[in-house]
Amino acid sequence: MSEVRVFIADDEQPARERLKELLADVAPGLATRVVGEAANGVEAIERLPASGAQVMLLDIQMPGMSGLEVARHLAALPEAPAVVFVTAHDRHAVEAFELNAVDYLMKPVRAARLAAALRKALAAGPMARARLERVAPGPRQYFSVPERNRIALVPVREVIYFKAELKYVTIFTRAGEHLIEEPLVALEREFADRFVRIHRNCLVARGAIRGFERAAGGEEEPHWEVVLEGVAGRLPVSRRQWPVVKELLAHRKD
Amino acid sequence: MASIRQDDRQHGLPDFRNLGVTARIVVALNLLAFGVALAAAPEWTRALDGFAQSAALLEPPLIASLLVLYFASPWLGRLPYAAACGAVLALALALTALTHWALAELAGASMTRALALAAAATLVLLAYLRLHLRAFSPALAEARLQALQARMRPHFLYNSLNAVLALMRRDPRRAEQTLEDLADLFRALMSDARSLVRLGDEVALLERYAAIEQLRLGERLRVTWEIDGAPMDAMLPPLVLQPVLENAIYHGVEPGTGRGDVLVRIERRGERVLARIENPHRPRETGLRGGNRMALDNIRERLMLFFDAEARLESRVEGERYLVEIELPYRTGAA
Repeated sequence: MSEVRVFIADDEQPARERLKELLADVAPGLATRVVGEAANGVEAIERLPASGAQVMLLDIQMPGMSGLEVARHLAALPEAPAVVFVTAHDRHAVEAFELNAVDYLMKPVRAARLAAALRKALAAGPMARARLERVAPGPRQYFSVPERNRIALVPVREVIYFKAELKYVTIFTRAGEHLIEEPLVALEREFADRFVRIHRNCLVARGAIRGFERAAGGEEEPHWEVVLEGVAGRLPVSRRQWPVVKELLAHRKD
Repeated sequence: MASIRQDDRQHGLPDFRNLGVTARIVVALNLLAFGVALAAAPEWTRALDGFAQSAALLEPPLIASLLVLYFASPWLGRLPYAAACGAVLALALALTALTHWALAELAGASMTRALALAAAATLVLLAYLRLHLRAFSPALAEARLQALQARMRPHFLYNSLNAVLALMRRDPRRAEQTLEDLADLFRALMSDARSLVRLGDEVALLERYAAIEQLRLGERLRVTWEIDGAPMDAMLPPLVLQPVLENAIYHGVEPGTGRGDVLVRIERRGERVLARIENPHRPRETGLRGGNRMALDNIRERLMLFFDAEARLESRVEGERYLVEIELPYRTGAA
C-alpha cells in the first residue's frame, strides 16, 4: 500500500511536531507522508489544494478561522480531503461531533487512536457539506468562492450586499463581485444580525446603509431606494420590506 | 496584617487600618446621630439643627478615636477579643470625656449623657463590625473554591501537556523544565487561598506561566516585563495577577495569527502597589471567547475580601490595547 498523504493544520508548532512524531510511530502499520502544514485556517485553505493531501488533521481552535469553518470551505473542492478533527478542549464542538457521529481526536493524542482515526476517515472519504454545516453551527467569517483547484475567500465583513439571480447569488464588496451558489434565504438566516433584506432578491449589510432616498421614476410607482457606502448606485427597497427596513433604521438612531 | 487568617481577624476585632472599616464607622455613627436627632425633633428643620449640633460634638472624639486606633491596631490585635473591646471602649470614653470637657461650655450638654451615648455607639459598632466580618468568612471559602475551579482553563492544560509531549524526545531538558513550571502553577492553584503571598512569588509564577505559553505560541507571543520597580516584599492574595496574564494571552494573543505584544508592569507608588497588564484588543476575533468578565469579577471579589475599599481593579480599552490595572495598598509581611 502506498503512503497516505496527510496535511496538518494546527496553530501551535509543538502540536504539529507531536503529530508528526506520532505519524512516524504508526508508520509500520500505516505508512504516511506529511505533504503540507498550516498554522492557521486561512493558510490551510491556501495550501491544501495544491498539496494533494488525502486526509487532513485539522485543529479546531485556530486564530482567524476555526477548523470547523476550514472544513466547510474545503468541502467545495472537487477533490476534498477526508478530515480528522483534533481538539484540546472544546465542549461545544465535541457535543456536535458526538451528535453527528463525526470522529475526532483529543489532545494529547495517542498513537493508536490516531491510526484508527486515519483509517476510518480514509475509508469514509470526504464529509458531506450538509453534515459539516450541522457540526459547525453559527455564522461563518468568510465566503468561499471555488476557483480552479483553489478556494478564494471573501471576508463576510467586507460584503456590502448580495443580489440573487436565478440559481446564483452575487456578492458585492468594495473590491469586486463574486458568484456563489447558495440560496439567499439561507444567507439571510445565517447572517441575520449583519444583513437585512430590502427586496425579494437583495440583502444589504446593515452597517453599510447610509440613508434612503425617495425615487419618483417616470412610469414606475414612487418607491424608496437605499444609499450604501462604497456603492455608487441605489438599490430599490420593495414595498413589502420597507416597514422592516424603516424599523431597523429607527432602532439604530437611539 | 500579614494574613487574613491572623487571630485578630478571626476573633472579630476589625482592622482599624482598613479604609473600608474606617468609612463604615464614620458613616454608621453619623447615621445614628441623625436618627437620634430625627427621633427627638418634631420637624425636619429642627432635626437638621439638632443633627448639626450633635455632629459638632460627635466628630472630634470620633476622629481622635480613629487616629489612636489606627496606631494601636497591631497592639490591639494581640489582645484577647474581650480585652481588646474593653480597650476600645475605654479609649472612646476617655476621648469623649476629653473633647466634651474642652467643648462642653459652648454646647452646654451633659457629660453623663455624652458618655452613655459614646459607650452605646461603640458597643453597637463593635458588634456590627464583628457580624460583618463573620458574614464574609463563608464567602472567603467560596472564593477559594471559585479560584480552584474557574482558574485554569482546560484548554491551557491539555495544550501544555501536548507541548510537553512534543518536547519529550527532541529536548528532554526543556520538557523537564516545563513540567516543573506546570507543577509550580498547580501548587499555586491548590494552595490555601486565604493566606497572602509575597509579590516576588506571584511574579515568579507569572514568569513560569509565560514560559509555558511561550513554548506553545512561539513567536506569536512577546511578553515585555517592566518589573524593576516592583516591591517584591509586598503581600497580596495569591493568583491575583496570573489569571489576568492568562486572559491577556487567551483573548489578546491566541486569536491572532500575527504577533501579540503583552506588557506586564508592576511598580510601587508611595504606599500603593500598581500592576498593569496590557494586550492587543481584538474585539472581532474574540467574539466567541467568553469568560473574561467572570475572571476579573472573581479577582475583584477576592481583593475586596482582603483589602475592602483599599484595592481597585479596572479594565478598559485604550486605542488598540486592552488593559487591566490593579492597585493595592503596599503592605509587607512584617507589619
